[in-house]
This record gives sequence, C-alpha cells and structure tokens, in this order.
Amino acid sequence: MNTKLLKQRIYFQIFRITTASVILFLFLMIWTFISNGIGVIDWTFLTDIPRRGMTEGGIFPAIIGTIYLTLGAIAFALPVGVASAIYLVEYAHEGRLLRMINSAIINLAGVPSIVHGLFGFGLFVIFLNFGTSILSGSLTLFLMILPIVISASREVLLSVPKSFREGSLALGATKWQTIRHNVLPYALPGVLTGTILAVARAAGETAPIILTAVFFFRPTLPKSMLDGTMALASHIYYMATQHPNIALVRPLTYGSILVLLGIVLSLNLVAIVIRTRHRRRKNW
Amino acid sequence: MDEDTQKRRRIFNLKESLIEKLLLASATTSIIVVILIFFFLFSQGALTFREISVLDFSFGRSWQPTSVIKPEFGTMPLVYGTMIVTLIAMAISVPIGIMIAIYIAEVANPTEKEILKPIVEMLAGVPSVVYGFFALVTLATWIQQLTGTNSRLNALNGGIILAIMVIPTIVSLAEDAITSVPREYREGSTALGASKWETIRNVVLPSAAPGILAATLLGFGRAVGETMAVLMATGNAAIVNFDILDSVRTMTATIVIETPEVAFGSLHYHALFAVAGFLFVITFVFNYLAGVVMRRFRRTGR
Repeated sequence: MNTKLLKQRIYFQIFRITTASVILFLFLMIWTFISNGIGVIDWTFLTDIPRRGMTEGGIFPAIIGTIYLTLGAIAFALPVGVASAIYLVEYAHEGRLLRMINSAIINLAGVPSIVHGLFGFGLFVIFLNFGTSILSGSLTLFLMILPIVISASREVLLSVPKSFREGSLALGATKWQTIRHNVLPYALPGVLTGTILAVARAAGETAPIILTAVFFFRPTLPKSMLDGTMALASHIYYMATQHPNIALVRPLTYGSILVLLGIVLSLNLVAIVIRTRHRRRKNW
Repeated sequence: MDEDTQKRRRIFNLKESLIEKLLLASATTSIIVVILIFFFLFSQGALTFREISVLDFSFGRSWQPTSVIKPEFGTMPLVYGTMIVTLIAMAISVPIGIMIAIYIAEVANPTEKEILKPIVEMLAGVPSVVYGFFALVTLATWIQQLTGTNSRLNALNGGIILAIMVIPTIVSLAEDAITSVPREYREGSTALGASKWETIRNVVLPSAAPGILAATLLGFGRAVGETMAVLMATGNAAIVNFDILDSVRTMTATIVIETPEVAFGSLHYHALFAVAGFLFVITFVFNYLAGVVMRRFRRTGR
C-alpha cells in the first residue's frame, strides 16, 4: 500500500516539475525581453520614424502598419465569419453541404501560414496585381483568421438555448428577426472573444506578410490600402537577421519585441477575462 | 387575408430568403478558398514538372535554385530538414505535453487549474517570430555551451523551440481527451482498490488514447507548417548530414527566404509552389487523420 502511494507521489511530482519547467521557460523568455527591451521604450521609440538606417529613432511606421493590417483582416473576417457561423448553426441542415463546409473550415485552419502566404503572394500580389500592399496582406491574413472567427462564433451560437429561439418564433417573429433580436445579443461576448483572439493572431503573423505586404524599410506612413508598409512582426525578423549591423540594433529589436508581445499578450488576456466573466454571469 | 397583409408577408419572405442566401454565400467562402488554394498551388506547382522530372524534384540531393552554373531543384534536403526538426519537436513535446495535460486534468487543484490554463494559452499566443528570436539569440547560445557544436544554429535548436510552440496544442487537446473519460470508469477502478495513479495509468489514459493520438497528429501538422521560429533557429543550410547539431533548411523556411526574390513565372517560382503544395498535402493528411481519430473516439468513447 505504501509503495503504491509512494509511486503515485513520485509520478505526480514529476508531472508537477515538468509543468513548472515549461512555465519557467516561458517566464524566463518573457523576462529576457523585458529586461533587455524596457530600456529603449520611451515616447520617441513609439512615435518616431526609424532613423540612420534603423539604428536610431522609433518604430511608429511598424506599429501603424500592424494596426492597419490587422484591422483590414478583421474587417473582412468578422462579417464573413459571423455570417458563416449563423448559417451553419441556424440554417444549415445535416448533409453534404454542411459536411463540406465543416471540413473546409478545419482544413483552412490547418493550412500552414506560409502556404497562405505564398497563395496570397501568387493570387493577390501578382495575379490580381495588388502588389506588395496592405490590401494583399489583409486579405491573406483574413483567410488565416477566418476559421478562428467562424469556430468561436459557432460555438457561442450553439450555446444559446433553444428556448430563446422558440419563444420568439412562437410570438410570430420570422427566423431572421429571432436570430437578430433573440440570439445574436446573447452571442455577442463570445463573438468578441473570438474576434480579439483572431486579431492577436493576425498581429503576430510574420511569414504571410513578408510575402505580401511589408518592406524592410519604409519610413513614410501608408496613404492607401495599396501601399506597402512596415509591420512589427516583420520588423523584428528583419532587425534580427537582415540588418547590416545586427549587434548594434539588438536593443531596438528587443524593444520592438516587447511592444509586439505587449500588444498580443494583452489582447489574449482581455479575451480570457471577457470569457470568464461572461461564463460566470451567464444564468440561463 | 387582406391585400395589405399579403403584401407585407411577401416582402418579409423576400427579405428572409435574401438574408439566408447572403449567409449561405458567406458560409461557402471557406470552401471556395480551400479549393482556390488547392487549385492555385497545384496548377502553379505542376508547371515545375515541365522542366524537371518528378523523380529529380522529389529525390534530388541538391537544392541550388539560384546557382548560375547549374540550378538544381532536389527537395530532399528540405524534406530532410523539415522531418528532422519536426521529429525532435515531437519527441520532446508529446511526452511533456501529455504530462502537463495529466497534471492539469487530474492532479492540480482548482486554483492551480485556473492559473495553468491561461498560461498554456499564453504560450500559444506568443508570436512565432518572438520564439524564433529567442532561439536565435538565447537558446542557441545555451545549446552551444552545452554541446560545443560549431554550427550555432542547428536542427536541435529549431526542434526545441518548435517543441515549446507545439506543447499548447497537445496539452489542450490531450486534456480535453482526459477530462472526457467518464467518471464511472474512474470510480470502478477506485472501488477495486486502485490508487489514483493506477487509475490514471490503467483506465484513464487507455480510454483517452485516441484523443491523445489526435492531439499528436495535430501537433505534427502544426510543427511541419511552422515557419518563422524554425527559419530563425536552424541556420538554413540545405544539407543532409544526419546530425542534429548541424544546420538544416526546412521547406517552410525555403519559401520565406526565396519567394521575395524569385522571378515571376520562372522554374524557381513554380518549384516554390510545388514545395508549398507538398506542405499543403502533408498538413491536409495529418489534419484529416486527426479528424478521423477524433470522430471514432467520440462515437465509441463514452
């Protein structure tokens, strides 16, 4: 009996240590970025353009570029994603079409980001001649985050009780009126969570935008969707591997990482908070 | 029914069916996109084989697309690079991921659980370029100090950072699989005098095995397609040395490095699409298998 429990204790202890080491790795990594990057972050760094061959100045164009690219992507993904989810949950019947759509979504989610990137490069940049531009990048990111928005919205629509719909239908409301007034309002927090997670994902993506939207150096702010841009994620890659003086710009690279990490992780955190709060408050 | 009501109803019906059509159109976007990607990659990639044979492309030992003297398009080194990095990543992330999943699902108390789950999500939320930078600057130095290798950036470095990135995928799916094992199974085992660990090992894990297998397959698909971290960590030399401390070049890294400089419509351009097509097929197969395993599991699991 005692050896049995001893064995159990040893195994559980191993699992605990393993878990702790992975978390330690994560925190160590984040700490490296904070301790090396915090020093360069100030108002100038956030609001100035890069100067002297990117060895001085700030990353303002990269921040703006990331914002444009992600907003562009979500502007496409949110309507299409939510509409898809509504169709799948409220209208679609079991059958071939539903199965096809479902497997397409799973597939789309599994396609490596670089494959999306090369596809976006071939279709948007070259074939449709949008060039290296925010439009090409946004459309490419849209394809990547569409499955995230659909899955999140679908899940939350499914969680709205059937009786909500039946009550409305019984009062003579049409199907769309029912969805519009008695389903969507309750699904909103969930949709919001999914959207935020999708934005966070898009903001951190690098490979697809390298092929479709960004330049190594472009200090002027984009004037239209057809302009190329700088972006945080690609800026980090370029500064870490392509800059002529990698060692000199390393502190600035750490600073850029900290900014990107700050944006992405706080978006994730907001999503988690909204989700837990909503879960707790839900009382049907 | 008076005329007015009829008219109004007609407008209502029209609006309703219009909305339904609009929603249907949105829902089919995913299908259209997948078909478009498939068609585009394969039509562009197939043009490669007008100039070189499928055999030379698949088994050629040298990838020298920009060589002036004799450009070569053998993808063997790239496939090797992807496989070695992925295998290292899986060898690390599968056992660790399962251990963490067991810990979260079975051992941790509710407070610990509430802290651990968001942390795992955070791990998944860190952009791959950030992992790549950490591998490039910090992890590579650690590995070099430990092993004394000459090539600072190598397959092991890429494999380790990739493992960290795949762990969240495996943990969350494996944990789902473990928690969905019915309570009665555990109770039966406990009633027979088994300890908690014995129950986990002999009852819970076997019942959760299909789910864990699906988690592994999805993790594999994710690892094969991962780009930035591997690109920055492995050094990108297209050589086959069967040494985990040597630099390798993956398929994904090749596409990122070479696409921005490729001449449109050239053999090289088409070859990159062929590589992407191959990646698409691999991930498709693994995702499909994971789906099949999951569905079986759901049908028989409870």
